[in-house]
Amino acid sequence: MKHLLSVGDLDRTGIEQLLELATSFREVTRREIPKVPALRGKVVVSLFYEDSTRTRISFETAAKRLSCDVMGFSVASSSVTKGESLRDTVQTIEAMGIDAVVMRHSAAGAPHRVAEWIDASVVNAGDGCHEHPTQALLDLLTLRHRIGPGLDGARIAIVGDILHSRVARSGAHAFAALGADVTLVAPPTMLPSTVAGWPVTVSHDLDAVLGDLDVVYLLRIQRERQRETRFPSLREYTARYGLTVERAARLRPEALIMHPGPMNRGVEIAAEVAEGPASLITEQVANGVAMRMAVLYELLGAGGGHG
Amino acid sequence: MVPPTGSAGPDPDGTTLPAAAVPGGRSASGAVPPVWVRRARLLDADALRRVHTRIAHEIVERNQGAEAVVLVGLYTRGVAVARRLADAIGAFEGVTVPVGALDVAFYRDDIALRPVQPLGPTEVPVDVTGRVVVLVDDVLFTGRTVRAALDALTELGRPRAVQLAVLIDRGHRELPIRADFVGKNLPTHEDDDVRVRLAETDGTDDGIELWSPAALGDPGADPGADPGPDPDEARP
Repeated sequence: MKHLLSVGDLDRTGIEQLLELATSFREVTRREIPKVPALRGKVVVSLFYEDSTRTRISFETAAKRLSCDVMGFSVASSSVTKGESLRDTVQTIEAMGIDAVVMRHSAAGAPHRVAEWIDASVVNAGDGCHEHPTQALLDLLTLRHRIGPGLDGARIAIVGDILHSRVARSGAHAFAALGADVTLVAPPTMLPSTVAGWPVTVSHDLDAVLGDLDVVYLLRIQRERQRETRFPSLREYTARYGLTVERAARLRPEALIMHPGPMNRGVEIAAEVAEGPASLITEQVANGVAMRMAVLYELLGAGGGHG
Repeated sequence: MVPPTGSAGPDPDGTTLPAAAVPGGRSASGAVPPVWVRRARLLDADALRRVHTRIAHEIVERNQGAEAVVLVGLYTRGVAVARRLADAIGAFEGVTVPVGALDVAFYRDDIALRPVQPLGPTEVPVDVTGRVVVLVDDVLFTGRTVRAALDALTELGRPRAVQLAVLIDRGHRELPIRADFVGKNLPTHEDDDVRVRLAETDGTDDGIELWSPAALGDPGADPGADPGPDPDEARP
């Protein structure tokens, strides 16, 4: 594997091998010295054209725990403010001798273009409303350690602004690839015009599906992507699609709750629910580092560029 | 797999065949892998049991008891050997020796030269600091795995001493590493394959065999079902 741009780059076997590798790195991240020399001398650049806390820190932590050198890039203090194009920026960075670019961009498909322009490996850390493959993989890793190796038959609902969510797109395909039964739950205004090609069913009524679910995956209401109003008010959204304390009480006792963060507490999820025993939200963050170590190791080490 | 025919012949571009060749007429370094032939059965289950017993006694003798000893096996078969040594020490010395398992994949020096995948979780149940760690593996060859293991071990603590026990020392070291406890010293050719099979890891009877690529004119070869060399022991 040379790049990780989309969940669709991986088949079930490929996903399972990455999860297996990530399980080894989970053990590494729990050691007193959570670091291995596996990718000594490799240089990873994090190229974030959009704000991020957890994804960026998670990737940089993962790279450092593999003994990579990590160069950060922040758009605000770079030549991008002087009008440098994306192509010139990445080719300049590559000329310094790098092995991988971890990239977030507001334009869907930007990492795919960069992968055509440079020889280094490219990891998509979120491209617009398109894909966020490492989020989907870390979610699978989290479920694997709670439900078991396969998700065959598990009923998972992804709830919220599907239209604007790269997490939903990557997640739906990844969950389905491991055999889960995925339902998208959203008002019609928050769904894409068509879900043809998505391995999912669609519902507009959270209360109707709630009692059957094994996993409720809540999406953040992305105020920064709402160019037009998709819902009358946040209060109305919460009333119909929020995982309130009352709704959480109607879940099956063994149902699990996930959220990619950052949370709007009191909007898509009640604070008490987010911190309750069914919530995997903290585990998702912890698994993010191990999962990203596996991705970087697979791209820069294990495959040796031959795969 | 086709057994070796022993018939020599020029390869398609007319050059002389190297020593290891296959009937298809391609060199061993080409796309077609060599045919492997069993040269010798080195140790059977009884002999292996005696080897384990002797090494277990030597470990206890060298360390004047087993109280400070931790046995740390290297994946995959080293872990099984370490457990057997611990069982043997427990049986004659009455001491329960802690057994750990070490995965050295992320410490290897051939990452990116070949696909290096972890073989299992590192689990050492006690703090190694101040103890005598006996690293255990099935075959000692180049020494690179042991080098990686020493690095991996360093991150777990500071043992008082580190010793090395192996079932087979087959020579061809590429690093200044030697074993403290050896089941059998075995002169080999670099291309040979020492195949260790243990009940715990392979689901077969215990046994160690010497295999090598079929040479031309190989009348003494003992062809057998050929599973090919273990990729974890192959050299880059």
